[in-house]
Amino acid sequence: MSENHDSAILYLDGDPIADTAAPVGPIADRWTTRTFEAKLVNPANKRKKTVIVIGTGLAGGAAGATLGEQGYHVVQFCFQDSPRRAHSIAAQGGINAAKNYRNDGDSVHRLFYDTVKGGDYRSRESNVHRLAEISTRIIDQCVAQGVPFAREYGGLLDNRSFGGTQVSRTFYARGQTGQQLLLGAYQALMRQIDAGTVELHARHEMLDLIMADGVARGVVVRDLITGEIKSYTADAVVLASGGYSNVYFLSTNAMGSNVTASWRAHKHGAYFANPCFTQIHPTCIPVSGDHQSKLTLMSESLRNDGRVWVPKTVGDHREPGDIPETERDYYLERVYPAFGNLVPRDIASRAAKHVCDEGRGVGPGGLGVYLDFADAIARLGRDAVEAKYGNLFQMYERITGENPYRTPMRIYPAVHYTMGGLWVDYDLRSTIPGLFVIGEANFSDHGANRLGASALMQGLADGYFVLPTTLGDYLARGPQGEVPAAAVAAAEARVRSMIDRLLSVRGDRTVDSFHRELGHLMWEYCGMERTEAGLRKALVLIPALRAEFWERVTVPGSGDDLNQSLERAGRVADFLELAELMVVDALHRTESAGGHFRAESQTADGEAARDDERFAYVAAWEWNGAGRPPTLHREALSFEYVHPSTRSYK
Amino acid sequence: MKLTLRIWRQHGPRDRGGLVDYRVEISPDASFLEMLDVLNEELVRTGAEPIAFDHDCREGICGMCSLVIDGTPHGPERATTTCQLHMRTFADGDTITVEPWRAKAFPVVKDLVVDRSAFDRIIQSGGYITAPTGTAPEAHAIPVPKPDADSAFQAAECIGCGACVAACPNGSAMLFTAAKVTHLGLLPQGQPERYSRVAAMVETHDEEGFGGCTNTGECTLACPKEIPQDVIGRLNRDLLRSVRQR
Repeated sequence: MSENHDSAILYLDGDPIADTAAPVGPIADRWTTRTFEAKLVNPANKRKKTVIVIGTGLAGGAAGATLGEQGYHVVQFCFQDSPRRAHSIAAQGGINAAKNYRNDGDSVHRLFYDTVKGGDYRSRESNVHRLAEISTRIIDQCVAQGVPFAREYGGLLDNRSFGGTQVSRTFYARGQTGQQLLLGAYQALMRQIDAGTVELHARHEMLDLIMADGVARGVVVRDLITGEIKSYTADAVVLASGGYSNVYFLSTNAMGSNVTASWRAHKHGAYFANPCFTQIHPTCIPVSGDHQSKLTLMSESLRNDGRVWVPKTVGDHREPGDIPETERDYYLERVYPAFGNLVPRDIASRAAKHVCDEGRGVGPGGLGVYLDFADAIARLGRDAVEAKYGNLFQMYERITGENPYRTPMRIYPAVHYTMGGLWVDYDLRSTIPGLFVIGEANFSDHGANRLGASALMQGLADGYFVLPTTLGDYLARGPQGEVPAAAVAAAEARVRSMIDRLLSVRGDRTVDSFHRELGHLMWEYCGMERTEAGLRKALVLIPALRAEFWERVTVPGSGDDLNQSLERAGRVADFLELAELMVVDALHRTESAGGHFRAESQTADGEAARDDERFAYVAAWEWNGAGRPPTLHREALSFEYVHPSTRSYK
Repeated sequence: MKLTLRIWRQHGPRDRGGLVDYRVEISPDASFLEMLDVLNEELVRTGAEPIAFDHDCREGICGMCSLVIDGTPHGPERATTTCQLHMRTFADGDTITVEPWRAKAFPVVKDLVVDRSAFDRIIQSGGYITAPTGTAPEAHAIPVPKPDADSAFQAAECIGCGACVAACPNGSAMLFTAAKVTHLGLLPQGQPERYSRVAAMVETHDEEGFGGCTNTGECTLACPKEIPQDVIGRLNRDLLRSVRQR
């Protein structure tokens, strides 16, 4: 059966996904059961097993270090000049863990409950419970590595609360939590390199999978310095290559973040799940001009003390200090009194969009709202505010030229994190045998709306604890055997032909101009709010832009040395294909769920209206070739412990 | 604003390289790297090879961006990475010279890109706490006095960009090395390996071709994270003790 819209087939219906490989039984026992049932690899055999890890962020760095410690031979790649520069380093706010150090009623079950609810009932209970269980061990591990988390005067760890939760369970290292956690993982990885268990290749980009009899058996990479195309074979391949927010061009992601590794695996049969679930972060510095290359996030922790407001009257262009209290609209506190400025990210983002759409936005272009610390400074004193958020204030001032101690910050939502990614089962296996996907690159734990401080938790849980258990089980069930030379040659030929194709167009438009245009289009039609008409329009515009790319793009230089235009061209080519799948996914999901807001599906008072009857499933997409409708495989979600209810933050 | 840029072009490690002049028109709100993006777009449109430079997060935290701007690593602003340097810092009509990091231990790869992998090798030789996954005690089992945690954090903020090396007349990486030694050495978890760590890291530092530290202090001034120079004093004290212990 297939769905027909305007006589064009959007997608084909495939078989549902019947099994996610999660153990059955009480949810609190499932991970323990899985761990015990996992087959073990004899220590003497571990060093004979080679595992390739793509990416060195929280997930990849942690995985590489742990697999190395376990004794496997790890071959790891990153496109940056050092593993320490993976984009996880930019995470600011914190990492959640159910330690209940504040005695405020937190527990593994509550973290599990909050995360399922925060994901708008579009995540798997089994995975989320495991995440909550492991969270406490992550903090122990990081502290042992010397991660300098914030401390109380008594020497114990400090906590803070974070958007969408009412307990203080977020551990942090000033506004640089991601940096410190990543350096912990990086240092552990460096130790293994010295020990000889991990072989690192920096400035190498994965461009294809080596496939033998339907099994992932290695990768083809390009040495970004010499341009050399090299092949590496292994017993298993792990993708820890991050998210795809850069499909929007302007996002909070690092410039190099891309979807290439995942996308090329998708083309070999790895399903891509929930691609339309994009998280919009409510507190970014607004766009300032056409030259802009990216957006800068201001940590969500700022909303603990900052108050969000706009003028009550449309067209009030007075300086913020000149607008009296009675003429300010603290709209989050007004509409959501229970959560106030700490409502989840999707709600805060849409609320900002709405007040700006009404014409009450502030700053150049009217696309901004105030985040005001005047009350916090009056209540706590400037020193206390500086101690908590000093580096963020400094960063803001540097970028905007305004002093946030004196005048309120201006913020606006921006694309931040992608909850979609390659589909994986409970064991983090993709639909390609031998290919595991961890961290932001998979789709598994966040559902439709990741709460703050969850992504770091998932990256490290996958890397330090989950993958090292489930990968061992896969390898123990081997043997994996020899990789046929023909499989390697075929993969290399695909890579060479892609590079030759990009270099041979020699058109008249730059790679970046295509990327910007794609980003614009995605933000407009598949951004914070999506409509049927807009998405349909995008389905016409994207293929046209893709066709133009292959006729008009120009990539200077050759493939034989450092060529940053060539690197970007390959990534943009993949974004141009992914974008279409995101739109198809957004179009087919005629409900609103978390970060995916369909304008046609809202309640009378403008909140997201979920449709559990029809959409309580993961949408896992199978590639059928360029320009051909993909096949949809549904993984039904069942909720035995956290019963779906209307998410109300009022 | 209109600017003249004198940019170091060097096709590869073996090429001699030299400064080439370019003109660019840019908004004062643009960052320095965005200004280079605009210039590169223009170069590509006219069929020329764009200028290779390193950058990634553009939020001042990944440490990937570099550039010696008018003789100063990361440019004229204090405590600022190149990606966070904005063109409003410069005046209309300025001529700005842009060069790669200059240090023996950081060979030029192409144009403004250098190889900083020596930093990774310094960390590999001991810049970590040996804590295998899964063996950690309860996090609250080891209290850390807040002042120690704060000082450790300050040192841990090093982003590994290499500006300290580029600024040092000796091409020394002592600020980088000392920042890590201090971060880990201030924490109770870091005590067992404290002295072996410093000895191993300094040995690797020297082997990689970084120069010795003569307390010139240029490193701290150039550091975008303002890592204080006293971390080097701390490293020296620990190093001395490690030698005595041998």
